[in-house]
Amino acid sequence: MQQRTPIEEQIDLPFVESLRISFQSLKIRFGRSIITTAGITLGIAFLVSVWTNNEIGIALQESGRQSTINTFEETAEQGISTKDIWLIIMSLIVCVVGIANSMLMAVTERFREIGTMKCLGALDGFVVRLFLLESGFQGFSGALIGALIGTLGAVLLGLKDYGLDLFFYFPLLPANPEDGPMQLGVIIIILLGCILGMILAVIGSSFPAWRAAKLPPAEAMRTEV
Amino acid sequence: MADIVVKTEDVVKEYRMGSNILRALDGINIEIERGEYISLMGPSGSGKSTLFNMIGALDRPTEGQVYIDGQNMSQLSQKQIAAFRCHRVGYIFQSYNLLHVRSAHGNVTLPMIFAGISEKQRNEKAEKLLDMVGLGDRMYHLPDELSGGQRQRVAIARALANDPSIVLADEPTANLDTITGREIIDLIKRLNTEQGVTVISATHDLKMLDVSDRIVDIRDGLVERIRNRNEIEIEVGEVGGEGE
Ligand SMILES: Nc1ncnc2c1ncn2[C@@H]1O[C@H](COP(=O)(O)OP(=O)(O)O)[C@@H](O)[C@H]1O
Ligand SMILES: [Mg+2]
Repeated sequence: MQQRTPIEEQIDLPFVESLRISFQSLKIRFGRSIITTAGITLGIAFLVSVWTNNEIGIALQESGRQSTINTFEETAEQGISTKDIWLIIMSLIVCVVGIANSMLMAVTERFREIGTMKCLGALDGFVVRLFLLESGFQGFSGALIGALIGTLGAVLLGLKDYGLDLFFYFPLLPANPEDGPMQLGVIIIILLGCILGMILAVIGSSFPAWRAAKLPPAEAMRTEV
Repeated sequence: MADIVVKTEDVVKEYRMGSNILRALDGINIEIERGEYISLMGPSGSGKSTLFNMIGALDRPTEGQVYIDGQNMSQLSQKQIAAFRCHRVGYIFQSYNLLHVRSAHGNVTLPMIFAGISEKQRNEKAEKLLDMVGLGDRMYHLPDELSGGQRQRVAIARALANDPSIVLADEPTANLDTITGREIIDLIKRLNTEQGVTVISATHDLKMLDVSDRIVDIRDGLVERIRNRNEIEIEVGEVGGEGE
């Protein structure tokens, strides 16, 4: 009799192998990755600029300086105004929706690739891990760029409002003035922006990636986008 | 005693589309012996690809059983099915299905990565296979930089990466011109004769007739008839009017 050995179980691949495959993929799909990443960059840039702008405002108020264009409303209030809270919430929503959408598109256009990988012996979990790694990396790098752009935007706005005084009182580090609201400082805001971008990208891609990985390969490969 | 590699038992596949149910396979019973070259013939929409997917464990039948090497496929775990696809079967598709982010070499090594083969071994094997299909000088090209025939050669090399006992080909020549198609058929036939790989190929390419050991005619999800090689030769002779 020829080979009639029972079918063994597929092995789980070491993590570095997934890492390597996802980086190769990112490198070659660079152009497409940039477009996906741009969605994240925009969302985080908006969020970080609003937030930083707000902290700059507080820092300069704390310092006793008056904005050259202060309105009554703003001087009257301590710290974050309701308008600012609104803006931050709005920018968060823009961020979440934009990133989820980018990731959904990115996974959907790769259904065929997922089906093919499963034909070659990929486990469902491997496919999901590949996408989470790729999107996590895209999320982090996109968010970092976005956070830097957002900070730059806020600085330019601050310069316009406060002039060079901005740099004397620039809220780089966390501060907790006794009589004022807690300030995170720009460094922490950038960091939070990066982490948020990464987490949102991973969450945004996990659902479509998981769904795609569960499909029988024949289904996945039929999908034309 | 015949060594049966693939056996299907009353395989039915239904597709649900809204409230409509389409019966793509309507009770298929076939047995395929080890080392055979089988062609599934039939018009477009007759159910060839659906059967291909059932035999290759790329989808589950609605009813009935598929046995490969005596193993009932419906009883395998997810991990066993992945291992089955990885080791036992090589897939060749009409539209090649190469990963466009990986070079020819990268496509051929991927199934070996999944099989846990060391980097050195898989590089050697990929080079050997790509040489064999005539792409020794284009190993590091991306699929987009290759012609249709060359892409199908990469797909064939990839299908052979883990020494499968079965090669499944779904209309491998449908997107190719006559001469390139002929070359691809000859290449697949060579694997069959030289390496004893069982080949199951869906096709409506008549060029496939004279390399097949048996032809399974599929119509409307049913096996219409099964012809042996000698019967085919007689028919081809009759059609050609070359009876001596
Ligand atoms: N995933 C699917 N969903 C719905 N209908 C399908 C699906 N796959 C195949 N079909 C239908 O099943 C029938 C058989 O298709 P297929 O096996 O692809 O035929 P062939 O490969 O012989 O051309 C066709 O009518 C086709 O439209
Ligand atoms: Mg078909």
